[in-house]
Amino acid sequence: MHGLVAFDWHVIWLRVFHPNGVFARALWVTIYVSIISQVAGVALGLIAALMRMSQFPPFRWLSAIYVWIFRGTPVLVQLFFIYTAFNLPIINLGIWTIPSEALTAIVALSINEGAYMREIIRAGIDSIDKGQMEAAKSLGMSYGQAMRRIILPQAARVIIPPLGNEFNNMMKTTSLAYTIGLYELFADAEQGYSQTFLSEYFIAVAFWYLVLTTAWTFVQAWIERRLAASERADDLTFREQLIAAWNPVNAWARGAR
Amino acid sequence: MSDVVMLAEDVHKSFGRLEVLKGVSLEVTKGETVCIIGPSGSGKTTFIRCINHLEKIGSGRVEVNGQLIGYRQRNGKLVEDSERNIARQRTQIGMVFQRFNLFPHKTALENVIEAPLQVLGLPKEHAVDKAKVLLGRVGLADKLDTYPGKLSGGQQQRVAIARALAMEPALMLFDEPTSALDPEVTGEVLSVMEELAHAGMTMIVVTHEMGFAREAADRVVMMDDGLIIEEGTPEHFFVAPEHERTKQFLSKIL
Repeated sequence: MHGLVAFDWHVIWLRVFHPNGVFARALWVTIYVSIISQVAGVALGLIAALMRMSQFPPFRWLSAIYVWIFRGTPVLVQLFFIYTAFNLPIINLGIWTIPSEALTAIVALSINEGAYMREIIRAGIDSIDKGQMEAAKSLGMSYGQAMRRIILPQAARVIIPPLGNEFNNMMKTTSLAYTIGLYELFADAEQGYSQTFLSEYFIAVAFWYLVLTTAWTFVQAWIERRLAASERADDLTFREQLIAAWNPVNAWARGAR
Repeated sequence: MSDVVMLAEDVHKSFGRLEVLKGVSLEVTKGETVCIIGPSGSGKTTFIRCINHLEKIGSGRVEVNGQLIGYRQRNGKLVEDSERNIARQRTQIGMVFQRFNLFPHKTALENVIEAPLQVLGLPKEHAVDKAKVLLGRVGLADKLDTYPGKLSGGQQQRVAIARALAMEPALMLFDEPTSALDPEVTGEVLSVMEELAHAGMTMIVVTHEMGFAREAADRVVMMDDGLIIEEGTPEHFFVAPEHERTKQFLSKIL
């Protein structure tokens, strides 16, 4: 009953309104691990989706086995396997150093994410009328050209909403990397707790996760609105809109709505 | 040099156990317009899809401009050609689909310049100039920047024709180009096709539009149950069709 009777608002106040430098770094780790893992997961998912549709059976089998294993086992197990089996290096990019634990988390999370993205991307590609591929081929385009220029830009509209949900999940799942010693948001909260035994640290960190996921909800809604808008757009081409949707700075700079 | 543009010899095609083409042979010479008619399920659409290898043939051969389509000869046997070669062969065969299949994320102009830019590697200004001329010719000079979703069916099909012509094909295939259109707009598409036929384009047209056949076709081919059962001038079909199936079919569509 301690927590309810003597709720320490001061801790929450401090953690929410007076974040320190250590916290800021932890927040940054959570953000970049999420983003890199998601981007790599999309890339892996795309490769696996294309392999799934390949004429060459071993590619299809490989893709199926990949999804079977990584969707069928806990991500925590995958994380620990990669952490213990491979000693991944520290990446030093001059001003930015990615610690080994972060790289381990990125590798594990992106491989896991790729398995889920494969299904999402495949569904997106499947949703495009077969006549689009036929029209592209009848014009002499190769499979790759048709995919890149004709099919995927259209499939993106279908893929982006579930992809947004995946990213929301990803931001929260990064907290598992605490278990391999990565100092991210959750580790920062746990650190505070272990020194004080105040559960309020977890309330504060929950608040910060909510900030991240809520901010993303707005970004996602905006992207989807932009994509929908391109259907009735006359002033911007679809491609410009897509670029604008993915690049808020550009869109803002040109004063687009 | 022969002026045969398209040669099909004993083309067979099955979908699983269903044999849809049972040995179709047809020769189309330069500048000729051939209409293929026949009831649905007769194999006419499958046949023209074999001409640009959208369907693989089971046996027989298809040549366009003397080149074997989709296959190459190796040790006296036919093996499927590489993707790259098939793609290159398709550049000389234009195709217009029943459901237009325009790229919905691209404007009319972008639809037309896409393949010339990506496949032929034309400089952009050149491709755009050519596309504008073509879209002008099909009566859509004022719709260059319009997306397909905002065009009527007839307009979309005319963009599709311009898109195919932009590759300067030696042969144009039309797969029931007006079947998905409202009756009041079929005329605008057919008149573009008639102009094209009179301008000397070599065309194979799967259609039920006997009016178009009368105006533009040099030859009409009747298919039934996977075979060509009758062949002749449009007049022949209007005046004195021989085959019983042909008479039945014409009595239904005329």
